[in-house]
Amino acid sequence: MSNMIDIARTALLQPANLQDHHLDQVMDQLLAASIDAADIYFQNSRLESWVLEDGIIKEGAYNIEQGVGVRAISGEKTGFAYTDEIELPSLLEAGRTARAIARSGGRGSVRVRGVMPERYYYEPINPLATLTETEKVELLHKLDAEARRQDPRVTQVIASLVAAHDVVLIVRSDGHLSGDVRPLVRCNVHVIVEHDGKREQGFSGGGARQGFQFFLDEERALGYAREAVRQALVNLDAVAAPAGTMPVVLGPGWPGILLHEAIGHGLEGDFNRKGTSAFSGRIGQRVATEQCTVVDDGTLPGRRGSLSIDDEGTPGQNTVLIENGILKGYMHDRLNAHLLGTASTGNGRRESYAHLPMPRMTNTYMLPGKEDPAEIIASVEKGLYAVNFGGGQVDITSGKFVFSASEAYLIENGKITAPVKGATLIGNGPDVLTRVSMVGKDLALDTGVGTCGKEGQSVPVGVGQPTLKVDELTVGGTN
Amino acid sequence: MKDIRDRQAQLQQMVEDMLREAADQGASAAEAGVNFDVGLSVSVRLGEVETIEHTRDQGMAVSVYFGHRKGSASTSDFKPEAIRDTVRAACNIARFTTEDRCAGLADAERMAQTQPDLDLYHPWDIGVEQAIAQGKECEAAARDLDPRITNSEGATLTSHTGLQVYGNSHGFIGGYPSSSHSLSCSVIGGEGASMQRDYWYTSARSPAELESAQAVGRRAGERTLARLGARQIKTCEAPVIFQAEMAVSLLRSLTGAISGSSLYRRSSFLLDQLEQQIFPDFVHIHENPLLPRGPASAPFDSEGVATAPKDLVRDGILKSYLLSSYSARKLNLESTGNAGGVRNLSIDSGSMDLAELLRQLGTGLLVTELMGSGLNMVTGDYSRGAAGFWVENGEILYPVEEITIAGNMKQMFAGLQAVATDVDRRGNMRTGSWLLGPMMIAGS
Repeated sequence: MSNMIDIARTALLQPANLQDHHLDQVMDQLLAASIDAADIYFQNSRLESWVLEDGIIKEGAYNIEQGVGVRAISGEKTGFAYTDEIELPSLLEAGRTARAIARSGGRGSVRVRGVMPERYYYEPINPLATLTETEKVELLHKLDAEARRQDPRVTQVIASLVAAHDVVLIVRSDGHLSGDVRPLVRCNVHVIVEHDGKREQGFSGGGARQGFQFFLDEERALGYAREAVRQALVNLDAVAAPAGTMPVVLGPGWPGILLHEAIGHGLEGDFNRKGTSAFSGRIGQRVATEQCTVVDDGTLPGRRGSLSIDDEGTPGQNTVLIENGILKGYMHDRLNAHLLGTASTGNGRRESYAHLPMPRMTNTYMLPGKEDPAEIIASVEKGLYAVNFGGGQVDITSGKFVFSASEAYLIENGKITAPVKGATLIGNGPDVLTRVSMVGKDLALDTGVGTCGKEGQSVPVGVGQPTLKVDELTVGGTN
Repeated sequence: MKDIRDRQAQLQQMVEDMLREAADQGASAAEAGVNFDVGLSVSVRLGEVETIEHTRDQGMAVSVYFGHRKGSASTSDFKPEAIRDTVRAACNIARFTTEDRCAGLADAERMAQTQPDLDLYHPWDIGVEQAIAQGKECEAAARDLDPRITNSEGATLTSHTGLQVYGNSHGFIGGYPSSSHSLSCSVIGGEGASMQRDYWYTSARSPAELESAQAVGRRAGERTLARLGARQIKTCEAPVIFQAEMAVSLLRSLTGAISGSSLYRRSSFLLDQLEQQIFPDFVHIHENPLLPRGPASAPFDSEGVATAPKDLVRDGILKSYLLSSYSARKLNLESTGNAGGVRNLSIDSGSMDLAELLRQLGTGLLVTELMGSGLNMVTGDYSRGAAGFWVENGEILYPVEEITIAGNMKQMFAGLQAVATDVDRRGNMRTGSWLLGPMMIAGS
């Protein structure tokens, strides 16, 4: 595999004629104040998107964003400035602005050196170039045809393809210099169906840190088109969802958004350093039943949430959050790890050079248990079986979280019966996993569609879980 | 002021350069926009500075048309060669998009002829030290309110000034400077498993119109204290009040459902409802894009079409959709000057304040927070997480949490009983609290 640092140097430093001694100079200037740590984050990101609607390629867009962010840390204080101009004078000015956080009087002498992580979890490719424009357009037309071929009740198909090529170079005040090339592709299908005056919609899609070939392998993208139609048709027949507290069986894969919302955010290091999370100070305590082991794993090859290095140059890691029901650890960036006297877990992420890094999830999932999924459903006398979800949200302080089912069924006497309309599920993060009584052996990861928002910053993430049964969860239907 | 005029002239030149470059590369029509924004964001927490961020964002975007084929590109790079490269990228995209009879610039005769000064530019000469002082004062007001305030997420002051310029090959070019400033505070009450947090913020074009730091902090603290001891209630059906800040989300659902893209895709729960009764007849909803210092004011929309005040709902009847030129052509209608969205919506209030509205509610739920995004735009089916207060005989009894409220948005609109006078004026949608008919509340 080619050297990511060389690729990043070529993309980010070479056009501006920036040499390592210039980076030393910027760092030295930063450390001339009483700064504990500093970093410089160079980024060039190219994004291309294509949209099909009404059977035609309606829109395409190409976006280039580049810039550099300079951060200086003194104790718990952070100074930050950025510029879209990757040039030495702009860089020095951003550095002067960022270091104003601290008093003058420090002294620094930094010599940067390239550091490669031991492993990379995706190839340094430019995904935009992995299909020709003609091929991208053809793929979208195929998705349209495939969706319409499923059923005459399909009245509208909106399909999109997106590829991002992100090159970053990170220089730290300890001299550590690292680079990463992050490909990301995404395909979405949204359909509207109409029958007897009733209308419904269905969504499906997927993505990966790979090239567009990912969508052609195993007819993956065509599968999204079929799945979107199937979901829309199921919802066409849906009856009102029940209201109240009941047993809920969550299907495998994307319903793992439960873990992301209910416990993931609450285990991010910043909230726990500040004591604002419902999980603060609970390491070593039981927060789930014995069957539950949950990890945050940035090392899954090619996954949407994976990171060879995070945005602070720390290698991606597999971090155990909950082991056999016991809370084991939080997710950290460098700042919060330092303040808590521990090490970063490779979870320091930022939306772009124009944003500050903070602890964020990568791919968060529960390890498989022993139960047969069919037996889990059979164990429920009356409850809900939810297999697909829209989004979710959490209040990390009260611990209350929601996630919205977009495909769900009633379970009656151990059998899946009528489909029900979308409904929001609400629970309490610190409690919900203590009510998980059965964990299936069918671990699945989501198809690569997750985007997580925190303090206005979006980053790609993954989730996953086996089928699991929560003995009591509040279901927000109308019936 | 001279600096901003110089900068505006510079951005106008860039727009003109992009349009010329598009013509040179063979485009039959083009439109381009450039924006520039500088700002300061200062956060304090527990009486100490936490972050000082200096922001500086810029971008230019171009769309080119070859007949009815469209291509778009954008960049944050302002170097002269970036203009040529960006236009070239857009032209390359347009080679692969399909002929679409609805694609193109807005009609030339709809371009704004005058550009009234909407008083949007009020820069704040606030230094970092002063911003820190305001943040500290704000957070202290929250923390000093009551010993039950145990922790804090801090206070944040932001101040931004920006410029935007838009032009197209009809010969239209326009631009204006604007500013926005805000102060927010979020504090935590209680301990361990009974912790609650809440927040408050103020936001305005002009710093003179911001609430005081003290007032913002106090309000944040009071809101957090009010939530302490929250409990789940039993599943029931009951009438609901959406407090003003939450009622804003109901107006947003309305504008989503009557926006052109939802309508031509037939993915709206308000399909074919123009001139139909969708609210009770006391309801009037108005858009004023020309509101002086308004948070979403603009003299022209994002296609250069002149904006003007209009009724969206009059006597409960839907009077206008929200259309861009594209969605208008798809629907065989005229643009409503809403490319880029809706600008300063307001719903007329009745005569009751919130206390009177609670008395009219009698027994039911006052919703002060919503979680999740549980609206199916196609069917109007609605289900969201909520927190708030249980009310009996018009009196607030106790805070509630971990519940959902569910219904159908069409029925919720039709069942609107009153809008109170406690208008939230901070955002793009101005409304008082809404009293709705019974909804299903799921709890224990």
